Amino acid sequence: MGEGALKDGIAAGRLGADQYAANFTDLHPPLDRHEAFVEADRCYFCYDAPCQNACPTSIDIPLFIREIVTDNPLGAAETIFEQNILGGMCARVCPTEQLCEEACVREAAEGKPVKIGLLQRYATDIAMAAEAQFFTRAAPTGKRVAVVGAGPAGLACAHRLALHGHDVVIYDARPKAGGLNEYGIASYKAPGGFAQAEVDYVTAIGGITIETGKILGEHFSLSELAGRFDAVFLGLGLGGVNVLRADGEDAQGVDSAIDFIADLRQAADLATLPIGRKVVVIGGGMTAIDAAVQSKLLGAEEVTMVYRRGKEQMNASGFEQDLAAAKGVTIRHWLAPRRIVVRGGEVAGIELSYMALDPAGALKPTGETTIIACDQVFKAIGQTLSTDGEGVQLAGGKIEVDAEGRTSMPKVWAGGDCATGGDDLTVTAVAEGRDAAESINRTLMGL
Amino acid sequence: MADLRNNFVGIKSPNPFWLASAPPTDKAYNVERAFKAGWGGVVWKTLGEAGPPVVNVNGPRYGAIWAGDRRLMGFNNIELITDRDLQKNLQEIKAVKMAWPDCAVVVSIMVPCDEDSWKAILPLVEETGADGIELNFGCPHGMSERGMGAAVGQVPEYVEMVVRWCKQYSRMPVITKLTPNVTDVRKPARAAKNGGTDAVSLINTINSIVSVDLDSFSPNPSIDGKGSHGGYCGPAAKPIALHMVAEIARDAETNGLPISGIGGITTWRDAAEFMALGAGNVQVCTAAMVYGFKIVDEMISGLSNWMDEKGYRTIDDFVGRASRNVTDWQYLNLEYITKARIDQDLCIKCGRCHIVCEDTSHQAIMKEKNGVRHFEVMDNECVGCNLCVNVCPVEDCIEMVALPPGTIDERTGRVVTGKYANWTTHPNNPMRKSVEPAE
Repeated sequence: MGEGALKDGIAAGRLGADQYAANFTDLHPPLDRHEAFVEADRCYFCYDAPCQNACPTSIDIPLFIREIVTDNPLGAAETIFEQNILGGMCARVCPTEQLCEEACVREAAEGKPVKIGLLQRYATDIAMAAEAQFFTRAAPTGKRVAVVGAGPAGLACAHRLALHGHDVVIYDARPKAGGLNEYGIASYKAPGGFAQAEVDYVTAIGGITIETGKILGEHFSLSELAGRFDAVFLGLGLGGVNVLRADGEDAQGVDSAIDFIADLRQAADLATLPIGRKVVVIGGGMTAIDAAVQSKLLGAEEVTMVYRRGKEQMNASGFEQDLAAAKGVTIRHWLAPRRIVVRGGEVAGIELSYMALDPAGALKPTGETTIIACDQVFKAIGQTLSTDGEGVQLAGGKIEVDAEGRTSMPKVWAGGDCATGGDDLTVTAVAEGRDAAESINRTLMGL
Repeated sequence: MADLRNNFVGIKSPNPFWLASAPPTDKAYNVERAFKAGWGGVVWKTLGEAGPPVVNVNGPRYGAIWAGDRRLMGFNNIELITDRDLQKNLQEIKAVKMAWPDCAVVVSIMVPCDEDSWKAILPLVEETGADGIELNFGCPHGMSERGMGAAVGQVPEYVEMVVRWCKQYSRMPVITKLTPNVTDVRKPARAAKNGGTDAVSLINTINSIVSVDLDSFSPNPSIDGKGSHGGYCGPAAKPIALHMVAEIARDAETNGLPISGIGGITTWRDAAEFMALGAGNVQVCTAAMVYGFKIVDEMISGLSNWMDEKGYRTIDDFVGRASRNVTDWQYLNLEYITKARIDQDLCIKCGRCHIVCEDTSHQAIMKEKNGVRHFEVMDNECVGCNLCVNVCPVEDCIEMVALPPGTIDERTGRVVTGKYANWTTHPNNPMRKSVEPAE
């Protein structure tokens, strides 16, 4: 236990050094070779495999698992990377229990799907450790494409474009490339600097330049980019944070969960990161879970997640909810923030309205309220596009795209969280970036 | 309560589970551990002639193949007969037999193929009080290069000759151990019977190269970069052994000749199958070498429970019950028509049945119904081959159902007669015995 263990308010150093290390180690330790063989042997090599159909990037899962079981991990990695060049990160962060592993016939048979995510990690880790590159660029086309955003969508798009022989410049607002992989994912999901290692692995194909600290609308405009390049791909994610619209929101101790997660990822020493003794996280998605769990892991004594609807409506997967509960997070449903209780300019609690559905199915306060005492509140109530679109058509607060990722503006494509469609998953962003690159290539090459 | 006591050619043992002649029976220490663990008998590892013993390789002598999770399925060895001094072995055999009078102690022997050699060793073995001898005519490697083991077992005339010497110079029961490395195992079995053998035991190990090291290009087990063929055994060898046992059991000339069944026996069920095909008892080696002697507990318990369930009081009640059902292909009933049936409640929709039928067989399993993933057998294409049953990962999900008489086989459009008719009388058979059509 650290010196700050029971300190009221927001304080750093609540834990001992080894506790920090233990709390933020790999959530799922990787499989060793024999474990991988045993797990891979469980795969039935299904025909028209349901797991593959459930994968947004359509990785040939039965084939890569068979390659693992025959001790051909590089072959397995190639099978994975052919469809998903960020297969390493997806192996770590995909909600597999809602995708491939939910579809696994062994889930139907015995409630124990093949651990596809861990097997994917096994193969991709080996290939990346060996620095094995499976793809060679086509002859230079002389075409240049700008990619805005070095997150999963942008990297996947850039890799596929580079593969086709185009030259790519990626612009990213942050100091490091990787997007949410670098800044937006719980630390225990991708420890050891994996996000940067993956950026290096993806760009090793050549033909990709990354310029960090370059912000759309600040350092350049979209029309400028469209003028300088043969095509533009927007994969800039959702940079803005929704506001709570509750009194006291400006008080000291009301913070964005997104910023908290990013600070955690970038912290050189977790003991320097302050955290409340009693923390409330508002929201029901993956970001809320990541913030709540990491608050607990940083030494917060009490962490409560509040969500305005019921368990079934939460965006966080069942697995994530169970993980939070196992780490000691209390999840409360049907509660919406009404007012931040402020004392001396600092958060002292949060007043919440009990919520219910009226007969018409609309969410309404019941009139009853409760107060949870706390010294820190994290907002995880969704993100917004940080640009007005600069002329591209928006829909529902996102950049409108067609099935190939084309926006309303000629020469401009978009994908990932900033674009319509998709489900805000890393793996979906990869698929959209990759598919937009194919569309760009067809357009540029007149195919 | 089933009575597992075994009387095999007059050799009595508390149960039918013997350890085969092999490393587990090479010395008193192992054999006494086996008897303490509950094994009914042993065949002592093969003794050679007096004088300096053989030498084994000093590198690896075993190799294996594995299924998932490194479950050993096949095993191979290049070990020779005992490399211990003959007198030492004989002393230990005598002591063990005295200490364990109720357990069977049979001694395996292999000496050069001349009368004097056999005449010399037989009294030495008999003096130990051993219950019988087993003639090692099966060892496929090393010793066969010196004119012994399989080199004898592959020549029926030699088999008969040596058996005759053994019966002539010894009062002990003689079990002749046969090699599977022949085209027709009935020939050496008949020869052994003609020579007067009391029983045959089979199979010995099968000529094999178990694997190749793809770095050094040496066969495994590798001795300094080279490999030699070895003897293959273990669960994967069982079907070959079952067939050979059945052939001897149903052969007109050897029918009734006692058989000690050997070959990949790992569980009570394997043992029961050998005995059902005509083996009066069984010998085990690989399973013990993989799991230790304790497996005999499972074998005893499993066989006993199965016998109780079936109402078999003694082993003799079921030995040979399956051999009468082994026949030639030409006598199989061509009017027995089955179709695969997929239990939709058990089906987990892996699609394996569909793709193997589609790619490699008869295109008889649909993959979709009303736009939904669905696997169902189409009777008008199903030939009843059983491939889908074999590849289905769910037990009992697919079964073969015989069409009842009077129904129509949708594939051929013919009515199922329910009468027996085989190839010998089939109209398509140019050699048919009768002009009567099968129908």
